[in-house]
Amino acid sequence: MVKNITIFTTNTCAYCVMVKKYLASKGFGYEEVNLDQNPERQAEAQSLSGALTVPVTVVTKQDDSQEVIVGFNLGKLVPAVS
Amino acid sequence: MDKHTVHEVIMIGAGPTALTAGIYTSREDIETLLFEKGAVGGLAAVTDHIDNYPGFADGVDGLVLADQMRKQAERFGAKIELGEVTSINHEGKLIKLETTSGVMHAKALLVATGSDYKKVGVPGEKEFFARGVHYCATCDGAFYRDKRLVVVGGGNSATQEAVFLTRFATHIDMLVRADHFRASDVLQEEVAKHKDKITVHFNTTTDEIVGQDNKVVKVVGTDKKTGKKVDFPTDGVFVFVGLQPNTSFIDPKKIELDEIGFIKTDDNLMTTMKGVFAAGDVRHGATMQIASATGEGATVALRIREYLEGHKVINE
Repeated sequence: MVKNITIFTTNTCAYCVMVKKYLASKGFGYEEVNLDQNPERQAEAQSLSGALTVPVTVVTKQDDSQEVIVGFNLGKLVPAVS
Repeated sequence: MDKHTVHEVIMIGAGPTALTAGIYTSREDIETLLFEKGAVGGLAAVTDHIDNYPGFADGVDGLVLADQMRKQAERFGAKIELGEVTSINHEGKLIKLETTSGVMHAKALLVATGSDYKKVGVPGEKEFFARGVHYCATCDGAFYRDKRLVVVGGGNSATQEAVFLTRFATHIDMLVRADHFRASDVLQEEVAKHKDKITVHFNTTTDEIVGQDNKVVKVVGTDKKTGKKVDFPTDGVFVFVGLQPNTSFIDPKKIELDEIGFIKTDDNLMTTMKGVFAAGDVRHGATMQIASATGEGATVALRIREYLEGHKVINE
C-alpha cells in the first residue's frame, strides 16, 4: 500500500506532466517538488535518483520503504503504486 | 473473443500525427483509441518553443500545443491509454496487438510512433546517460544552473535547445561536425544573439565523453581542419544529432521498413500489412515537421475511413 508519493518536476518537463496525469487518473495524490521553484532541492532529487533528470517519483510504502522511479516509466511506476 | 475489445481504430502513439488523426476519426464517430508509451505530444511536447507551426503568431510552447491537441481529440471522443505495443499480427480480418495492457484488436491500425533523438555513439555516452549526457533540454536543463555545457549538433534541435539552455548554463560550446549549421536562418540568428554564452565550433567532431569521480568533466573532439584533438571542459553534454524512427517493435517481415528503419507506405499511407497505416515522423520520406505531421494525420484519417468503409470488417 502506498503511504505517499513525491514527484520532482520542472516547469518545462513533458514527462513530468505524464507522471502526474497517470497518478491522478488512478486516484493517487502526490506532493510535487518543482525544481525551478525550489532549486535548493535539486541535490535531493539527484541523491534519490542517481541521475540529473526529472521526473523523479518517490513512492513511499506503509512500511516506509521507498521506490524511486526515474523518468516516465510505466513498467516501474505501475507496480510501485499497485 | 469479446467483441467489446475490438476497436474501430487503434493509433500507436499520441504525438501530433495521431492526435490530429484522432480528431478527424473521432469527429466522424469512428471509435478511436490512442496508445502512448511516452509523452502525449511526442517530441513536440518536449520542445521548449515552437515558432513555425501555423496559427500562433508569437509561437507556442510545445507542452501547450500538445495539451491543446490532446484536449481537442478528447473533446470528440478519442481515448488515450498509456502503455506499449510489443507485436502486431493479423487475426482473421482484424489486427491483433499484444501490449503491456493485454491483447487488443482493431479493424484498422495507425502506426504514428514518431522518432527519437539519435545517440552520437562515442565512448562515455552510454555510461553517463542521464548523469551528464542528455537528450532532452526541457527535462534536464535545470540541473545545469551556473554550469558549463556542451551541445552536440548543428541542426534545428541543437540550435534551439542550445538557446534554451542559456537560461541555466554559464557557457555552452556547440560542437558542429559540418562547416556550417543545418538549422534555419531564424535559429542561427538566435544563436548569434547569445554569442556571449554560446561558442560555436564548426568542423569539430565529438569523439569521447570523459568522466571523473562519476561526473562528466570534458568532451574530447577533433578539429577536422588541423586534425588536432581538442578538449572541451564541461559539466554536461546535450546531444541533438538527428532523429531515428521508433520502430523497434515492428517485425520487418510483416511491415516493410527502409534501410534506416522508417516505415514504407503506399500512396494511401498503408504499409505492407493490410489495414495497418503509418504516418508522421515514423514514415519513410517524412519531413520531421509538426505541420507536416498534422497534415499527414488528417490525410491518414481519411484513408482509414475509406478503408473501413471499403472493408466492412465485422467483429469475430
